Amino acid sequence: MGLYTYDSTDIPKSDRIPQLVAHLFEKTPEVESARAVLITESYKQTENEPMVIRRAKAFAHILENIPIVIRPLELIVGSTTIAPHSCQTYPEFSYEWLEGEFETLETRSADPFHISERAKKELLEADKYWKGKTSSELATAYMEPETLLAMEHNMFTPGNYFYNGVGHVTVKYWEVLEIGFGGIKAKAGEELAKCSITDANYQKKSRLLQAMMMSCDAAITYARRYARLALEEAEKCTDSTRKRELLQIAQNCANVPEKGATGFYEACQSFWFVQQLLQIESSGHSISPGRFDQYMYPYYKKDIDAGKITREFAQELMDCIWVKMNDLSKCRDAASAEGFAGYGLFQNLIAGGQNAEGIDVTNDLSFMCIQACHHVFLPQPSFSVRVWNGSPHEFLVKAAELTRTGIGLPAYYNDEVIIPSLMSRGLTLADAREYNIIGCVEPQKAGKTCGWHDAAFFNMCRPLELVFSNGMDKGAQVGPQTGDVEKMATFEEFYRAYKIQMEYAIKLMVNADNAIDMAHAERCPLPFLSAMVDDCMKSGKTFEEGGAVYNFSGPQGFGIANVTDSLYAVKKLVYEEKKVTMKELKGMLALNYGRGLAAEDAAYMVTRIARAMQEGGREVGENEIAAIFKSVKEASESPKVKAEGERILELIENVPKFGNDVDEIDEFAREAAYTYTKPVERYYNPRGGRFQAGLYPVSANVPLGEQTGATPDGRLAHTPVADGVSPTSGKDVNGPTAAANSVSKLDHYIASNGTLFNQKFHPSALSGKDGLENFVGLIRSYFDQKGSHMQFNVVDRETLLDAQAHPEQYRHLVVRVAGYSALFTTLSKSLQDDIIRRTEQGF
Amino acid sequence: MEEYLNTKGRIFDIQRYSIHDGNGIRTIVFLKGCVLRCRWCCNPESQEYAIQTMMVQGKPKVIGRDVTVAEVMETVERDRPYYRRTGGGMTLSGGESLCQPQFAKALLRAAKDRGINTSMESMGCAKWETIEGILPYLDQYLLDIKHMDPVKHKEFTGRSNELMLENAVKIAASHETELSIRVPVIPGFNDTPEEIRDIAAYTKKLVNVRRLHLLPYHRLGQDKYTGLGREYLMGDVEPPANEKMRELLKAAKEVSGVECQIGG
Repeated sequence: MGLYTYDSTDIPKSDRIPQLVAHLFEKTPEVESARAVLITESYKQTENEPMVIRRAKAFAHILENIPIVIRPLELIVGSTTIAPHSCQTYPEFSYEWLEGEFETLETRSADPFHISERAKKELLEADKYWKGKTSSELATAYMEPETLLAMEHNMFTPGNYFYNGVGHVTVKYWEVLEIGFGGIKAKAGEELAKCSITDANYQKKSRLLQAMMMSCDAAITYARRYARLALEEAEKCTDSTRKRELLQIAQNCANVPEKGATGFYEACQSFWFVQQLLQIESSGHSISPGRFDQYMYPYYKKDIDAGKITREFAQELMDCIWVKMNDLSKCRDAASAEGFAGYGLFQNLIAGGQNAEGIDVTNDLSFMCIQACHHVFLPQPSFSVRVWNGSPHEFLVKAAELTRTGIGLPAYYNDEVIIPSLMSRGLTLADAREYNIIGCVEPQKAGKTCGWHDAAFFNMCRPLELVFSNGMDKGAQVGPQTGDVEKMATFEEFYRAYKIQMEYAIKLMVNADNAIDMAHAERCPLPFLSAMVDDCMKSGKTFEEGGAVYNFSGPQGFGIANVTDSLYAVKKLVYEEKKVTMKELKGMLALNYGRGLAAEDAAYMVTRIARAMQEGGREVGENEIAAIFKSVKEASESPKVKAEGERILELIENVPKFGNDVDEIDEFAREAAYTYTKPVERYYNPRGGRFQAGLYPVSANVPLGEQTGATPDGRLAHTPVADGVSPTSGKDVNGPTAAANSVSKLDHYIASNGTLFNQKFHPSALSGKDGLENFVGLIRSYFDQKGSHMQFNVVDRETLLDAQAHPEQYRHLVVRVAGYSALFTTLSKSLQDDIIRRTEQGF
Repeated sequence: MEEYLNTKGRIFDIQRYSIHDGNGIRTIVFLKGCVLRCRWCCNPESQEYAIQTMMVQGKPKVIGRDVTVAEVMETVERDRPYYRRTGGGMTLSGGESLCQPQFAKALLRAAKDRGINTSMESMGCAKWETIEGILPYLDQYLLDIKHMDPVKHKEFTGRSNELMLENAVKIAASHETELSIRVPVIPGFNDTPEEIRDIAAYTKKLVNVRRLHLLPYHRLGQDKYTGLGREYLMGDVEPPANEKMRELLKAAKEVSGVECQIGG
């Protein structure tokens, strides 16, 4: 039983939407310089003022002067850049990487951007000011030398917040909708009036409240600029329909976000200004709208009941918002761009679920969110749905229909795991029930949480490599000396060494995170954002200083499947069955199982040999180096090495793997995950909050896999690491239910910063009504077994072609031909071709 | 452990997450051995009861293993959460499960004892007493009817169809299981509207039929013939086109009086 009755019927798409989408993607996105120029101007004039005031003044200066534009046919306005789908820059966080990448931005493979010569010149000029003033420079100064060394050796990367703003928040959108920034400013004013100049925290609190009030004014000013622009354009407009629309836009922007919204249209516009301006204030991504279907509903219901709007128009407005979310973009450094490939800003918007009292609150808008994803069909927002025992079945069937399109949305979240998990971290029952998702998979309570959710990527395979090298990596002592691996007499001893390597690397990661945390608090406080999060006003602390009710740091580990399979293979083959010696295994890992050495690895080996020769008193010149190189190359690819590599790979292949519902190894995976999740939760951040682990990689498993040598699970050097908590690609051969059972045996509660489980299906698995029903049943069953998150990749033709080329990675891919299912890779080429052709026909 | 759980039988595969053979998400247990030798059979390794070696992707693979009912149930039990959410369960397939009547019956009984829904794909080609003994443990019978003409049936499958048609009547009349009729649509064998109509008419005469399925011929088994060193008698016969299937579906609908669909 839910709180609302709802209408789940489909709503047709307005002609406007495809036109808006087409306009957005006409050109390569651009990097614009206006924000950087304006913030630099402002900073230069405020050097002796408190940082929070400087930030507010800079925010105001930007919003008063940044060029604005209304795009053709828009109903919801507010664009951060003149060029569509483009971005501004944020030199106060970091700038050097961008200058370094000016020339490669347009041609790089992940997320290319155009940058004009003028913009380059202006950015170079503005950047001069920022030397020594950025948050990333201060963060570095706060880090220990061993931390910096570990980062240099890719043990983990906190790159996200190191280079950028934090983002990763859901603010009190509902409060802006209700009382406007006028109301919020008044609240700050009242709080200020209560302060006495003799209060111990007066200096800090009063300046923060003043900064909040300035920020509210800035937002109001910005909206008024749009009101004026809309009026001007209306006057020039000869099309009577568009003229009326522009006049309406002018009226909306004059009212909101200054005042409370009087109807659904104003609520949509007000929502958008908040969403957009948060991103102008900081360069953070994953600024997530959260439970849009809940806080927008009162405005929708009121207008529908009063006959003021139709469902069709409400849908069109929502579609416009969905398009706008794709208007925002972000230029990341080349390495981060690969980790977050797809220009995504991870604006997570979630529908369905229960309210603070535990009643299901799926409503009309929940269904209309799904509809908007169908209509707009773009990657943003990152759309999610909440699932629990009280979720209406037809809501999940509608969500499954969206999954079937292959868009990769929605992601499904399990209330039954997430709510108790959040409570174990100190949230109240009511707050936990109202959770939403930030970014990829990270749960939190909106308007009360500074979750620091993407605190770092931690590659669990790297400490394993260090066990084999006694803590050495490319000539440096990066980890502790855990002893000669060949002398470890028992598996327990080996496993203990891994745990020691893990714990050490985790400590350094915490050190890095807390250094960055401090730097943000000191150099980049965000008064505008802080005005919309409890209890920054009352506590007198910014969001970055710990002003939020709940504070966390959530760094995510990944590679569980590789570590599990590796540890298990070592246990079986080296210690129990004694089919491979540790020496042989170690040698083969260094030689990449005889499958060829990457240039950097070969070069490192040559250096090491050369150094040993020099230490032995021999002269090593160019000729000797060339000779060593030749012999290394020959040795690594000799028939003997190759044969030995293949022998060991085959032995490894026959050891059971994670993902096949084999209890013994699945228990092992649970333990392996604890080597990350348990140490992490021991630590605290400068905001007074606790660390909590996540188990997900975004798309970093690919670039960070490139920095990882061969592993004992048979994974070759520099290939991707397993994705999230999912089994290693191609190693789960017993089908989706077996894989889901395996993954559900991990402890998802302790990974309270989220887990990510990806499954691939051919569209035929979801075909027809029965297909959808079974698919929903599959999700429900995984959730019954206490999995936390699930998302689906419904494969397209390209994937099938890739499966033909790389069958070893797709051994689990089930396809269906006219009523029968088969494993794709076991079919002959001609039949595979046949199926690919059928896929194109949407069979 | 109850004695019947130790019943031994021969299987050649257990396939989890099957969503096109019976209701919901199912686990299919493939029993080895068959009474027929259909030319189009997509599981040629199922036909012989004897354990065989088949080449799979260039490597020899032993086809067939002897297991107890308890061992099979260990795997079947693993997907219980999925059965519960989707109305799925265990399906026996083959081969012809009725070739191992004691084993098949014990498997079905074991599933029912554990509250797991049961289904069986079968030609019904066995003594009525054998089938009768199984029905109390069977929720759904997916019965193949391939052709109404005994001569043509014998020519293409190796046996005449009288016994199977007779059993169909008895199964339907028993009211002990939900009966669906499945027709493999094979070009050159039974793919004319007349032939399908004849089967549909027979379906109409049976009482208590839930659905009539038309399963289009496919060539997924072709590689296996090569792997077994056998000739693929279907040659390069193409699967029936969509339009053809729709035409046959129309014919089936006109006559059968029951729900008809393409695919499982």
